[in-house]
Amino acid sequence: MSARMSPARTIAAHAALITYTLIALFPVFVIVINSFKSRKAIFADPLALPVPGNFDLIGYQTVMKQGDFFAYFQNSMIVTVASLFFVLLFGAMAAFALSEYRFRGNTLMGLYLALGIMIPIRLGTVAILQMMVASGLVNTLTALILVYTAQGLPLAVFILSEFMRNVSDDLKNAGRIDGLSEYAIFFTLVLPLVRPAMATVAVFTMIPIWNDLWFPLILAPAEEVKTITLGSQVFIGQFVTNWNAVLAALSLAIVPVLVMYLIFSRQLIRGITAGAVK
Amino acid sequence: MGALDLKAVTKSFGATEVIKGIDLTVEEGEFCVFVGPSGCGKSTLLRIIAGLEDATSGDILLDGKRVNDVAPAKRELAMVFQSYALYPHLSVRDNMGLALKQAGKPRAEITAMTDHAAKMLSLDALLDRRPAELSGGQRQRVAIGRAIVRTPKLFLFDEPLSNLDAALRVATRIEIARLHRDLKATMIYVTHDQVEAMTLADRIVVLRAGKVEQVGTPMELYNNPANTFVAGFIGSPQMNFLDAAALGHPPGKIGARPEHIGLSRQTGDISGHVSHVEKLGGETLVYVRSDVHGLMTVRLFGEHDYAVSETVFLTLPTDRLFHFAADGRRRQPTAVA
Repeated sequence: MSARMSPARTIAAHAALITYTLIALFPVFVIVINSFKSRKAIFADPLALPVPGNFDLIGYQTVMKQGDFFAYFQNSMIVTVASLFFVLLFGAMAAFALSEYRFRGNTLMGLYLALGIMIPIRLGTVAILQMMVASGLVNTLTALILVYTAQGLPLAVFILSEFMRNVSDDLKNAGRIDGLSEYAIFFTLVLPLVRPAMATVAVFTMIPIWNDLWFPLILAPAEEVKTITLGSQVFIGQFVTNWNAVLAALSLAIVPVLVMYLIFSRQLIRGITAGAVK
Repeated sequence: MGALDLKAVTKSFGATEVIKGIDLTVEEGEFCVFVGPSGCGKSTLLRIIAGLEDATSGDILLDGKRVNDVAPAKRELAMVFQSYALYPHLSVRDNMGLALKQAGKPRAEITAMTDHAAKMLSLDALLDRRPAELSGGQRQRVAIGRAIVRTPKLFLFDEPLSNLDAALRVATRIEIARLHRDLKATMIYVTHDQVEAMTLADRIVVLRAGKVEQVGTPMELYNNPANTFVAGFIGSPQMNFLDAAALGHPPGKIGARPEHIGLSRQTGDISGHVSHVEKLGGETLVYVRSDVHGLMTVRLFGEHDYAVSETVFLTLPTDRLFHFAADGRRRQPTAVA
């Protein structure tokens, strides 16, 4: 494509993309550099790079000492991975049923499942809390996993059913004639072909869950089930905020989600290029 | 082994009726071709036979046994698809062996049968490749191999040559004909290409809008079409239809095949102007426009020089004309004046 574009247009396109990247990365960059500085240095010159003189690991030391950060990480990880697994599994299954089988109320069911995209799940917080209290799930990771699965499903069903409609009918029918069960067709033929879409859904689902403060605060505020986002809040007080510790905690929280994103985005890119080359 | 009976089969999608009551018998070992324009229901009919779609009413019998409620895999048939439909994650060998593996056949038997089929289609060298590493023609051969391996009662082909280029299409067509001779299996083949139908079929079923228009051997359909639709569909270039009244016959149409019409610069039954000439070497197609009958095609053998807009005369073959009534149905030859 670049071969056909004039140099001026290429430069303009890159300039726009680079500007956007800088704007998007700037807050993250500020968080990370300041996490390595002393409190005084943070306030004296927030944009200065950490150099000998203002370099200080006090934030990280505080984070490691205070609270059980490893446990918070683990909680976040469990909640995110488990929710992601259920969203992808149930989302893909529902999408397969909607796109593959003709049954009464198919369209209506599809609309109903997609409705959640338009209605924020937080509107139902009170009812969710009542439900969790009634079922004794308050202060458990299960509560969070259930809520996040529900939150992620509408978009997953919507995106995946569109992609599954494009999977060749002939391939599925060949499987049926060869004696594969519907489950085998779903898992061995259809799922690998919609992998790029699964990666997209995974990224869109994962990041809000990892970053969420609302539901952990309401449904699971107990020490042993705190997630990393909630855990970081101990350093933000009404009168005094331990900025070193907050910034260090946030910098650490970026790492796992970044790793997961890299894994999924490679799938994403592979999917896009595979389609382009064929 | 492999006889198929369809009894009053219909199929509706919602309010639209796609198959409108089809009765058909396919004999054991027969090569039967379903042909018709797109949307005539031929692929749907094939899917109903395969069990991929349920018939709305009617019965499907394989070897005399009703199979309406039998799952596709248990009907002992194999299907070759237009898009090849190979499993992208499996090697050629595993693609071909999957059905046997699903049926619980021992590994040694699967290997032997796969090797045998691969040899028949000269796929031996490709057995360890993935479908993505094969050309279109090779993929279609693998798809055919996958069907052979199962030694099915019935082979179903759903426009298997449509995605191949012209040269490969001819080669694969010959290969399929050879397979039919060697395997002596019952085959049902769906196509919209009348050339494939004519060259492969023992018997052709012409379908239109979910109904059987005519069933017969290729030559029966060519020499004795039941109506204008079959007459126009079978034979290439298409049959010319002339206004019967203008030629002094009862109202309706008169059909004359391009290869039966004589062309001369001096005299003939109908005069017209040459509007286009296609020279193919072995034959020459002359398109003649007449004021009364519109555009007509004449097929001449060998090379001929006709110039565009030249005045020419057509001679109709009195013994090889087809008379059709106004509703398109063929008139009995006796009714012709």
